[in-house]
Amino acid sequence: MDLINAIILLLNYIFIPGLTYGSQLALGAIFVTLIYGILRFANFATGDMMSFGTMMTILFTWYFQSLGISLGVLPTALIALPFGIFFMILYMLTIDKFVFKYYRTQKSPPVQFAMVSIGVMFVTQAVVRIIIGPGDRRFFDGEKFIIKAREFKEMTGLNEGLALKSTQVITIFVTIVLVSLLFWFLNKTKTGKSMKAYSDNEDLALLSGIDPKKIVLVTWVIAGILATIGGALYGLDKSFKPFTYFNNMLPIFAAAIVGGIGNPFGAFLGGYVIAFSEILLTYAYKKFFMYILPESMEPEGLVQLLSTDYKFAVSFSILVIVLLYRPSGIFKGKVL
Amino acid sequence: MMVLILLVGIFQSWNIALSIFNLCLISAVMTMGANIQWGYAGLINFGIMGYTALGGLAAVIISVDPVQEAWRAGGFDILMCLWLIIVMVLVIRFILKNFEKSKLRTYSIAALIIAAIIIIRVTAEPGIEKIEAVNPATTGFLGGFGLPIIFSWIVGALFAGGLAFIVGKVALGLRADYLAIATLLISEIVIAIIKHEDWLTRGVKNVIGLKRPAPYEVDLQTTDWFINLVEKFKSSKLDLITDLSERQAALNQFVIEGSSIFVKLCYSGLFLVVVIILLILTQKALYSPWGRMMRAIRDNEEAANAMGKNVVKQHLLIFILGSAIVGIAGAMLVTQDGLFTPGSYRPMRYTFLIWVMVIVGGSGNNFGAILGGFVVWFLWIEAAPISMFLINFFTAGIPETNAIKAHLIESVPYFRFLLMGLGLLFIMRYRPKGILPEKIEIK
Repeated sequence: MDLINAIILLLNYIFIPGLTYGSQLALGAIFVTLIYGILRFANFATGDMMSFGTMMTILFTWYFQSLGISLGVLPTALIALPFGIFFMILYMLTIDKFVFKYYRTQKSPPVQFAMVSIGVMFVTQAVVRIIIGPGDRRFFDGEKFIIKAREFKEMTGLNEGLALKSTQVITIFVTIVLVSLLFWFLNKTKTGKSMKAYSDNEDLALLSGIDPKKIVLVTWVIAGILATIGGALYGLDKSFKPFTYFNNMLPIFAAAIVGGIGNPFGAFLGGYVIAFSEILLTYAYKKFFMYILPESMEPEGLVQLLSTDYKFAVSFSILVIVLLYRPSGIFKGKVL
Repeated sequence: MMVLILLVGIFQSWNIALSIFNLCLISAVMTMGANIQWGYAGLINFGIMGYTALGGLAAVIISVDPVQEAWRAGGFDILMCLWLIIVMVLVIRFILKNFEKSKLRTYSIAALIIAAIIIIRVTAEPGIEKIEAVNPATTGFLGGFGLPIIFSWIVGALFAGGLAFIVGKVALGLRADYLAIATLLISEIVIAIIKHEDWLTRGVKNVIGLKRPAPYEVDLQTTDWFINLVEKFKSSKLDLITDLSERQAALNQFVIEGSSIFVKLCYSGLFLVVVIILLILTQKALYSPWGRMMRAIRDNEEAANAMGKNVVKQHLLIFILGSAIVGIAGAMLVTQDGLFTPGSYRPMRYTFLIWVMVIVGGSGNNFGAILGGFVVWFLWIEAAPISMFLINFFTAGIPETNAIKAHLIESVPYFRFLLMGLGLLFIMRYRPKGILPEKIEIK
């Protein structure tokens, strides 16, 4: 019985939150990796672009709510998502046309691109803050829990409760669907394959008649979908605040690089690697050991490897170590 | 630029003008540090925030009086830990030097580090708890050495240089954009440590009331020579007032205003000295054989390497030098504010804004760096009034109650981001070398 309690405890506090957070990171990381692999620069505006997409989704959610449209138990934001995605893609394409295109035709070095993306970051941050303000916003509606901790306890008679939030389930479900669609697109369709070719060797791809404009367009469209959905899921699960989104850029970068930048599948797994290591290293295992060890051996302290204050620092340290020992990431192999 | 600051002095107040000027000087120092790395050597360092914070930490450690009680309570444990860390580093060095590179070596070093971290945590925990329990409302940390705060400017440089040595050793081999990300993340780690190690820095509880190199306003207001000085300066205005008590009241007002301006002027003087010294040194370095070598390495690393220049060593050197200058600026910043707030170190303000300064000013040109520091900081501060003016100008016909206008006026503070972003994008597009481009004179 104690063993089951211990397992439920880990499930509740480590596995499910890790899987949710990891999915959110993974979507962002694939976004970073696609831009890096095809447009060839590190996009420092990642976090803020995600916050732009989320903002659009929130605005439409409010609009639908004011019209009285809702999905019942599901959050209204799900209907607002396509509209958010549309405006996100529009915004990205505008920026690409006025900013990035020039440097692409000039064949500027990646560092210059990175600098330009910092300019875009500033502008996007300003736009988001001017439109929606810097405050904390919650836009979740519908049923909050699928399983409540108390109900679970009553149902099974265990000491530990297992709470399952609907946002967690939605996040994981949407991520799985989206990522499998994306991989199907990249690996099976003609456009996806030509994107791969373009990322592998630009000159050869051009020679074989691949239209670079189309590749860039498709990349931004996919990026817009990923950024909006990733951002909106994070916002639904926690809350929307422009500053947090900017900060989230760092673990997202970490996930993309740990997974091998330019490699979408690596980025996908990298998200979970980062999320789980953050949670595993900063979780206090005291209760867990109380269940599985006999009473005489109960630990005194919290049995916590690092205090939760260092949550971010964990992912960054992992990244630094990976960069030093395996700059091509854990899952290297084919690029894109 | 000076004219703009003078205009602020005339239209807003001299106090604001001087604080902008002082921060411009500090920004100029930071920009010079970043410019040395980027403009001279082409190294991209997004970790400026971390070095600034370390400089600030130096100011705290140097100037705060030691907290005797805390030292008695937990000092021994902390020293013990420090000693353990040194032993760990020495052992690792020994292993690295004396054993062949192999899987076994890597794993044993990893195991060693993990074991050491656990041991250090176990030893430190009781000490840290005791230290933080000592009068937590005002101290709760070890304090510092109680020296004049000016020394911290040098110590700040040393701290930042030390960190840069470690970072440079591990990260300089990376490609440019990886280096940018790695330095950014390392600086976040540094901030996390400063924020949460309360025994060292009081963490988010902040350290306030640091010593000053300049006199205090309150003291000045009661000093005779200062009152006489103010009287002399304002004599024309004071003479207009005939009533004696009114005259005294006006004088008091002037003295209070004058004292804060005087203190700010003291800081300006000190900062100006630093900027001038750094400018002379960096100019000399730029046109020395060493500067030529750095440019050669920047422009063609392989050729420079083939000519027998040690690229790795020079990169490390310039990384340390630039970071040390940023460290000085960090200590100067805390000195001027008189308080250390680890929570205020954010990458937006301390890394990306500085980079905007470098790019806008002109990389590779020291005068450009200083100009960039001035222009960008000025705009950063004055963006809100400027955009307020513009909004009012363009929406003059719309009534005050209009929702969009009210919303715009409410979000005035965020127009500075827009201004910075657009400024950076335009400079990158139409003047990629900055306002004052790098010019190489061959003497």
